[in-house]
Amino acid sequence: MTTETAAAPPPAPAALSAAEAAAQAVERRAGVRRWLLAAPAVTVIGVCGLMPLLIVLAYSWAKPADYAGVVWRFQPDAWVNLLFQQDIFSDALTPNYAYYSIYLRSVEMAFLTTTLALIVGFPTAYFIATRSPRNRNVWLFLITIPFWSNLLIRIYAIMMIIRDDGYLNHALISLGFIDQPVPIIYTNYAVAYGLIYAYLPLMVMPLYASIEKLDFRLVEAGYDLYASRLKVLWHVIVPLVKPGIVAGCTLVFIPAIGDYIIAQMLGGGNRMMLGNLIAQQFSTARNWPQGSALALGLMSVVMLALMFYAARMQRSRAQ
Amino acid sequence: MSQAAAVPLPKPGARRAAQRGRGKPPRFDVRRLPGFATMAWVCVIGLYAPIVVLVIYSFNDNPSVTIWTGFSWRWYASAFGNEQIRDAALLSLRVAVTAAIVATAFATMAALATTRVPSFRGLTAIYAIINQPLMVPEIVTGIATVVFFALIKQLTGIYGLGYLITAHIVFCIPFAYLPIRARLEDMDRAYEIAAADLYATPWRAFRYVTLPLLVPGILGGAMLAFLVSLDDVVITVLVSGPGEETLPLYVIGQVKRGVTPELNAMATLFLAASTLFATLFFLLTRKRAG
Repeated sequence: MTTETAAAPPPAPAALSAAEAAAQAVERRAGVRRWLLAAPAVTVIGVCGLMPLLIVLAYSWAKPADYAGVVWRFQPDAWVNLLFQQDIFSDALTPNYAYYSIYLRSVEMAFLTTTLALIVGFPTAYFIATRSPRNRNVWLFLITIPFWSNLLIRIYAIMMIIRDDGYLNHALISLGFIDQPVPIIYTNYAVAYGLIYAYLPLMVMPLYASIEKLDFRLVEAGYDLYASRLKVLWHVIVPLVKPGIVAGCTLVFIPAIGDYIIAQMLGGGNRMMLGNLIAQQFSTARNWPQGSALALGLMSVVMLALMFYAARMQRSRAQ
Repeated sequence: MSQAAAVPLPKPGARRAAQRGRGKPPRFDVRRLPGFATMAWVCVIGLYAPIVVLVIYSFNDNPSVTIWTGFSWRWYASAFGNEQIRDAALLSLRVAVTAAIVATAFATMAALATTRVPSFRGLTAIYAIINQPLMVPEIVTGIATVVFFALIKQLTGIYGLGYLITAHIVFCIPFAYLPIRARLEDMDRAYEIAAADLYATPWRAFRYVTLPLLVPGILGGAMLAFLVSLDDVVITVLVSGPGEETLPLYVIGQVKRGVTPELNAMATLFLAASTLFATLFFLLTRKRAG
């Protein structure tokens, strides 16, 4: 035994290096294989997902052509226009209030949607997470099913209910609450309802995932210490499920601020949001550089939201 | 999710109830918060009411969508007879099926390359690229894709449905990738090591061990990709070329002219299809818990 271990060391370096070389060769081949396997997905997304963004970045610094497209001449106008308007006669820069009101509406609607989705989604997620495991799955299934059907069909269903000649107005009239149809569609309320309707599952799912992991012994401890239900909710439950709240809010805020189709269908023409303004630059306004600059502006806002989310997550993980 | 759900949480309230004897309700349930159950029901009713109304009125005999007169299949017959609806639905299905198959194949390969492997240089970059479509707002992706494709069309002179399908493949890949990756991560390396011990070549070990075990994940990924493609509106509306009237484009065009029961019938059929596929996805990905 002792002689064997004593005799072993001398040949070891050579054998080890041979084995090491073989292992390295295997590892190198595995590495090549991994890259080949990942290549199709990476190439498709790289070429058709990332490159277009770079082109948009280039377009945002160019001069708009008369009918769509760009002329390759450097011009920072599109970026300046995000905030300021150039006077046609004097070249003086004045604040671009028309855009400000659209930014403001987008941010307002996104915040409103996120807040309401949290108010509705938190109790729902909590209720689901406190069911029996079997019932939980049924509830989660119920919440996500509408999310997987075509967005336009869901918006269409909402339109049928809230339009002037829709079921809601009919019901209210026949019940005698009102005698004239109340305008609901083409208002901010309609857009907010549509946004919440569309993105509520994105709030409920991460909240559920957090609440499900909640240690209810801590909740019980809170009650044992004579805390009221409200106090337990606010000082025990909410701090513990904060990661879920942050995740849900981020997931709802991002599509809400970039919304295009819901504002168009339920808001009519005069409830323009950032998404509609961007699309308009590429259709009727035919100002591609402007559309590109607006799109990149929107993207930076979303990236900031994601970074905020990542920072929060890291901090909560560190704790 | 379903996996974690299998582990029961301690239920102090329930335990107390059991101590007092069966049938008696617990005196104080620490998990209950008043009003939350009501809110959950309001939430589900709010989500389903518009859909239920739409489905019910698709069977309405009356051509006016708001007044109920009697049950009838006539709008389904007329939707099937409407060539425009049929073409739009078939086109949407063709795009969704093609995109789902290609995206799932690519996502499976990428998942094999990035899951259960030692960390290597570029792994984070691959993750970032695969998830990129999820990070960028749809409207931005949509217009960027339009601009890019316009440039290619200008340079090559090639037109066709390929552009729309490619755009769908891009955003379907991350969705197909997630369930496949989840399935792979749950798989024990021991099976493949056993296969290798029994002198299986890496390919045979993959073909007869890894792949069969991975099938539920792959099918789940394909379902999800298919659903996401069928669900998409913004990118489809922006990228569709002339003459490529997909379902969302058809609905937008019709709604401008007013709501028709025929549209209800078609919407109901699509809801049924997506519910079916969502159910399949749910069942496929749930199995891994058992």
